[in-house]
Amino acid sequence: MIALQGVGKRFANGTEALRGLSFHVAAGEFVSLLGPSGCGKSTALRLAARLLAPDSGTIAYPDGKPEIGFVFQEPTLMPWADALTNARLPLDLKRLPRQEADAQAAGALARVGLTGFERAYPRELSGGMKMRVSIARALAARPKLLLLDEPFAALDEITRNALGDDLLRLWREDGLTVVFVTHSVGESSYLSQRVLVMTPRPGRVHADIALPAGRDTRLSPGTIEAQRGISDALSTAMAA
Amino acid sequence: MRRIRDFALPLLVALLVLGAWQWAVAHWHVPVYVLPAPSAIAKAMADNFSSLMAALASTLTVTVEAFVAATVLGVATAIAFSQSRLLERTLYPYAVILQVTPVVAIAPLILIWVGFERINLALTIIATIVAFFPILAGATLGLKSADFNLIDLTRLYGASRLQTLWRIRLPTALPTLLSGMKTAGGLALIGAVVAEFVAGSGTATGLAWRIVESGNRLEIATLFAALALLAATGVLIFAALSLLEWWLLRRWHESAITNRS
Repeated sequence: MIALQGVGKRFANGTEALRGLSFHVAAGEFVSLLGPSGCGKSTALRLAARLLAPDSGTIAYPDGKPEIGFVFQEPTLMPWADALTNARLPLDLKRLPRQEADAQAAGALARVGLTGFERAYPRELSGGMKMRVSIARALAARPKLLLLDEPFAALDEITRNALGDDLLRLWREDGLTVVFVTHSVGESSYLSQRVLVMTPRPGRVHADIALPAGRDTRLSPGTIEAQRGISDALSTAMAA
Repeated sequence: MRRIRDFALPLLVALLVLGAWQWAVAHWHVPVYVLPAPSAIAKAMADNFSSLMAALASTLTVTVEAFVAATVLGVATAIAFSQSRLLERTLYPYAVILQVTPVVAIAPLILIWVGFERINLALTIIATIVAFFPILAGATLGLKSADFNLIDLTRLYGASRLQTLWRIRLPTALPTLLSGMKTAGGLALIGAVVAEFVAGSGTATGLAWRIVESGNRLEIATLFAALALLAATGVLIFAALSLLEWWLLRRWHESAITNRS
């Protein structure tokens, strides 16, 4: 689905965010990009969406550029528009006929459990609901590749867990490919099939950990075991 | 209850001040050419009602035309600036120069260039110059304040510049633009009045001219009547623009939301 090879990126202020970052994600995978704050995870995700251009290396979509959905750390909604209009934004930008777009956006809202809130404005919604609208917006254009940049970092644990379970369900139902940026070992151990542990800045992949099955809940022995492996890798990554 | 209080208290102050004024003028026998009593002003207003209303219409026409012109030009310029940083860097200093140069100083030039036979056009241009800057500043700030991530989303979905402008940048700019428009509404009136003063009596026919003329003839009561109409017009413009602002922002902007849910 997507392959990064030897990607480097330096910002205008001289900070080197990434150096020699390489990884690939196959179609249908759920991959977490895990690392400490400031290791360039978000930059890597923006590069993957081609919102940024790399200074060196390549970013390729072997099966052709897929439809991409992007979810930011903040809900990033249009405060002047209701939930339906927010979810419809990608379809409006693609100039879909209004009726079709409305139906598709309403469907996306329904899939994140927001039926009945189509006419609600962002300020009337809780943090978790706003994030649901944001996810609905990403789903509205029926993406193949879903990129999430620490989407639950600003939410309380209960909401975070509920949204995590929803994300898993959507991934299974749609056969999505998901790249999930996080700094939470717990989240990555439960949600993903594979965890890419990144080094501190300039970031690159330190460990590529495939997680076995048997992680049905957040407290399953398999999940706990996975957390141990990820934590160890993170420790060595921080020391590297 | 709160609404009644918000209206009643200022009104009470007005009545007290007018009453004290009326009493003081009568008690100390103040000559009418120094300070006419409120009753005399009301009488002057009634006696000259049709001519004062014609003068008001003239000034109001200039003000509204200037305000509309300033809004269109200000927003258009701000949009041009938002599309080209180079253009903004090149031209913004001149917008500032236009703003800081006292309009009284350039008004005679404009009157000469446009010609006294087209006096209303000249007045409108002068008032437009006065009202232009807050609109430009408000719109420019707003267009630049768009959420970077939302802009990134429009890029992700291959939106055109026009779509980004229409769907993201302009709605983002609305609150600061409206705030600029509220300032500009009052400035357009001030600009119209200043322009009339500069044009002098005989050519302009607005309220400012009535003030100059009444002053020359020592008809101070009429002067006050014209002044009261000007003040009322200014308040009305501000109220109308505040209403527009509330109506456009009522669903989403913190400034317009009174009852928190």
